[in-house]
Amino acid sequence: MTQVLSIALGAILINNFIFSQFLGCCPFFGVSKKIDTAVGMGMAVTFVMGLASIVTWLIQTFVLDPLGLGFMQTVAFILVIATLVQFVEMFMMKSMPSLYQALGVFLPLITTNCAVLGVALQNIQNGYNFIESVVYGVTGGLGFTLAIVLFASIRERLDASAKTPKCFDGFPIALVSASLLCMAFLGFSGMKIW
Amino acid sequence: MNIAKQFKEGLVTNNPVMVQLIGMCPTMATSTSLTNGIGMGLSATAVLICSNIVISLLRKIIPNKVRIAAYITIIAGFVTMVDLLLQAFIPSLSASLGLFIPLIVVNCIILGRAESCASKTPVLPSAVDGVCMGLGFTFTLCILSVIRELLGAGTIGGGLITVFSQPATIMILPAGGFLTLGCVIAVMQKILQKGE
Repeated sequence: MTQVLSIALGAILINNFIFSQFLGCCPFFGVSKKIDTAVGMGMAVTFVMGLASIVTWLIQTFVLDPLGLGFMQTVAFILVIATLVQFVEMFMMKSMPSLYQALGVFLPLITTNCAVLGVALQNIQNGYNFIESVVYGVTGGLGFTLAIVLFASIRERLDASAKTPKCFDGFPIALVSASLLCMAFLGFSGMKIW
Repeated sequence: MNIAKQFKEGLVTNNPVMVQLIGMCPTMATSTSLTNGIGMGLSATAVLICSNIVISLLRKIIPNKVRIAAYITIIAGFVTMVDLLLQAFIPSLSASLGLFIPLIVVNCIILGRAESCASKTPVLPSAVDGVCMGLGFTFTLCILSVIRELLGAGTIGGGLITVFSQPATIMILPAGGFLTLGCVIAVMQKILQKGE
């Protein structure tokens, strides 16, 4: 139990996917202009990461390992993730059309979100068992959501009120503010539980 | 086809990282030292060239509806090769890049070029495009890693020369990555604005 808790806390705060591992930066910068879409994106990514952790762990343990096909890991995982994203997309189109519209092109791009493939590969690398993998996947996604929502709220204010030098307009200033947010997250790095 | 123009686009005016703003994750994660930066850049370039050639060869065979899945499979195949080759011949680089070698699969630059270039153009121009974009990516990684390594570790060239002994460690931490990339892109925008 404590092991699971420390994985969860680690994935959300200490080893946050964006701020300490640089996984999932593309949607982090792409969909963080408004808080609503950021929340939606975070939720979708969390869902896919949890699902991907389950499926890839099962595939690794019951298909790749017994057959000695470890070297096919990357190919197998990315195909599974691509299929999963396709399903999530169809599901969202039917049940949450407004969110589907808002996420737009970034929904299919979850396939190429490195956080999703990253979490699948890390689960295997760290030798997590089934429950630990699922917890790591879901909490990793929650950490991503936390980061993107915080960042979106900073950017909303930045767009509304900040005066920046012309060459820093748009993307550069977003990166600099992400850097400051990241420094704040550094404060968690000394934290240890048990 | 104008090779010089393609080179200029890949390196400066249409640079994948600094102008198109894609491929952020590996850029920031692996630009902590010059050796890592060059290693990552060249691995991605190799995958990009190979995948561009194969996708361009198959562009009339792959059905439009399943093209993304087909591209990803081709790319994943090449990434696996590069991964195994690095593990066998340059284990130290493979260890320091770690997770980011298999993650070349999801590098937006490679899929982006497959979609916008290799799927429409003949083999030779696609290969040249792969070289140019790959070198543009490597070039950006070199700039970033030189700055971050100098400020963050106080060394040049992957620890070859020590310049000063009390570096600002924050620059090789993630926060420094965001900061450096932000400033480099700002400088780039300034230069491009002047050129117009």
